[in-house]
Amino acid sequence: MSRIKHAFDHGKAFIAFLTGGDPTIEKSEEYILKMIDAGADLIEIGVPFSDPIAEGEVIQNANIRALSNGVTTDELFDMVVRLRKKTEVPIVFLLYANSVYKYGYERFCKKCQESGLDGLIIPDLPFEEKGELAPIAAAHGVDIISLIAPTSEDRIKKIAADAAGFIYVVSSMGVTGVRQNITTDLDSMLKAIREASEKPAAIGFGISTPEQAKKMAGIADGAIVGSAIVKIIEKYGENAGDAVYDYVKSMKEAVIEAE
Amino acid sequence: MSKGRFGVHGGQYIPETLMNEIINLEKAYEFYKHDPEFNRELDTLLREYAGRPSLLYYAENMTKDLGGAKIYLKREDLNHTGAHKINNVLGQCLLAKKMGKTRVIAETGAGQHGVATATAAALMGLECEIFMGKEDTDRQALNVYRMELLGAKVHAVTTGTMTLKDAVNDAMREWTNRVFDTHYVLGSVMGPHPFPTIVRDYQAVISKEAREQILMLEGKLPAVVMACCGGGSNAAGMFYHFIPDEGVELIGCEAAGRGIHTDQHAATIAKGTLGIFHGMKSYFCQDEYGQIAPVYSISAGLDYPGIGPEHAYLHDIGRAQYVPVTDEEAVAAFEYLARTEGIICAIESAHAVAHAMKIAKDYSKDESMIICLSGRGDKDVAAIARYRGVEIYE
Repeated sequence: MSRIKHAFDHGKAFIAFLTGGDPTIEKSEEYILKMIDAGADLIEIGVPFSDPIAEGEVIQNANIRALSNGVTTDELFDMVVRLRKKTEVPIVFLLYANSVYKYGYERFCKKCQESGLDGLIIPDLPFEEKGELAPIAAAHGVDIISLIAPTSEDRIKKIAADAAGFIYVVSSMGVTGVRQNITTDLDSMLKAIREASEKPAAIGFGISTPEQAKKMAGIADGAIVGSAIVKIIEKYGENAGDAVYDYVKSMKEAVIEAE
Repeated sequence: MSKGRFGVHGGQYIPETLMNEIINLEKAYEFYKHDPEFNRELDTLLREYAGRPSLLYYAENMTKDLGGAKIYLKREDLNHTGAHKINNVLGQCLLAKKMGKTRVIAETGAGQHGVATATAAALMGLECEIFMGKEDTDRQALNVYRMELLGAKVHAVTTGTMTLKDAVNDAMREWTNRVFDTHYVLGSVMGPHPFPTIVRDYQAVISKEAREQILMLEGKLPAVVMACCGGGSNAAGMFYHFIPDEGVELIGCEAAGRGIHTDQHAATIAKGTLGIFHGMKSYFCQDEYGQIAPVYSISAGLDYPGIGPEHAYLHDIGRAQYVPVTDEEAVAAFEYLARTEGIICAIESAHAVAHAMKIAKDYSKDESMIICLSGRGDKDVAAIARYRGVEIYE
C-alpha cells in the first residue's frame, strides 16, 4: 500500500501537477515544496517526453522546455529522493509508456520504490495493456493509476474494479488544457465508478478556476490541476514560486469548501 | 498478451478515451470484411475509380543493363492519385461511411496519403482534415494545394520535428477530441490494433495481383520481392501473399538518409530498439530514456522513427530482410529509372530501386524480382533538383 490513500485522509484532495525540469530541476523541486506548503495533497510530476500525445499545447511546450534543458528520468528520480527527505505527501509520475518500457519495467519500478515514488499515471497504457507492468509495479509497492474517460461507458466497471491508488477521471474529450466548460455527465460516471470500486476518484482535465475545482471536488473525491499551474510557471519562469503558492492555496481552499 | 500482436510487437497503447472507438472499429472491420456487399463496393471502387489492377511491367532496359534477374515493376504509381495509398484509403473511407462517420482525419508525410484521403473524402462526401508537419508542407507545397483543391483542410503541424511523427501526434490528439463523428484514416501499417491489420489487408491487393501476374508471365514465383519501407504500408501489401512462399525473398528498403553511421537517418530496423510509441510496440529510433529520435530522410514518406509491428516481427523471425539505402543512392536510382525506363518514380520507391540495382546481378537470368513502385515522382522533382543544386521555380 503506497502513501496515495493518505492524500484522501483529510477529506477532498487537491492534486497538483507540474512538468519535471520546467524551467529547471531545482525550480521544480522548489515549486513542488511550495505547492505542498499551500495544501496540495498529492503531487504529479510530468516526466518530459518527446511526443506527449495526451497533452495540449501548454504541457507540450513545458515538455519541450524541460527536454531542451536536457532533463532525464534519472534526474527526476534524484529529485524525488531529495523531496522524500522533506515530505510524506504522495508523489506520482505522469509519463508515457515508452519512458517506463525503455528504462525496463523491473528497473523502473525498483527505482520508484527506492526513491519513494508512489505511483505512475500512464495515459497510453490502457486496461488491456497494463498487465505487462502492473504485477511488477505491485511487487515494488507502486500503484499504476487507472484513467476513466467520458467514452469509457461499459468499460468503467472493469477498470474501476481493478484500480490501484486512486482513479483518475478524465473530465472531457481531447487532450489536457484549460477549458471554459466541462459538459461531460460526471455524476453518472462517478456513480458507475463507485458501484465498482471503493478507491478514491479525482477529476482532471480542463480545471483551472476555484469554482470549477469546488464543483469537481463536490462530485468526486478530489480535483486535479495541471495546465493552469504550468501556465503560471511558463509566465513567471524562475520566479513563479509565490504565484504557484497563491494559486494552489486558492484552489485548495475551494476544494475544502466542497465538503 | 493483448490483441493484435505480431510476436511481441503490436498491441493497443492508446489513451482510454480512444479504447471503445478502437474496439468498435475492430468489430466493424471484422463484420464488413465478410460482407459481400461491402466487398463488391470496394472492388468496384478499386477497379473503376483507382484503376486496378495495376500493371506488372517488365523493365527490359533495366534488366539488360544490370545483367541479372528479370526485373518487374509493380506499377502502383499508375493508380489514381499516383500512389498505393489509395488502396487503403478507399477501404477505410468506405468503412467509415458504413460506421456512420461524417468526418475523416489523417496524417501525411510526403502528402500522398493526405491527397488520397482528401480524394476519397471528396468522392464519398466526407468532411476531411489533414495533419502535415510544417517541414513537409514546405517541402511538398503542391500537395498541400492539391488537398485544398479536393476540399480538405490542411493543418501545418509546428510541434516537435514538424514531420510525419508530429503529424501523427496531432491527428491522434484531434481524434481524442472528436471520436463520435470522426474516423482516423491511419495511412500506414502502424498504430494501435486493428490499424496494422486493416491497412495491411487493404494493401494486400498489391501482392494478390502481383503473384497472379508473375505466375502468368514467368510461370513461377519470383526470387525476390522488394519495397521501400517507412511505416511499411506498401511493403506490407507487396509482401503479404508471398509470405507463405518460403522460397521468395522479401526485402524492405529503409531510409538511411545521410548514412546509418550518422544521426541523420530513419533506418529503424538497422538502428532502432524495442519501444512503445504511437499505439504499438515495435522498433523505434530513440535514445536510452525512450525519447523518440528526430529522424531524417530526403523522402518525407520514409521520414518516420518507427516501423509497423508486423514488419518488426517478420524481421525477428528472419522471414523478411530490411536494408538501409542512403539519400544519395535513392536519388541516383530515381535518375537512373527515369533515363533507363522513362519512369519518374517517387523518391520513396527509388529506395527500393536503388537496392535492386545493387543486387540484381547476384541472381541468374532465369530468376525474376519484383520491385513495388509505390508512387510516382512528380511531387519530388523540385526537391531532387535542389538536391543536385539546380534552382527551379514551381
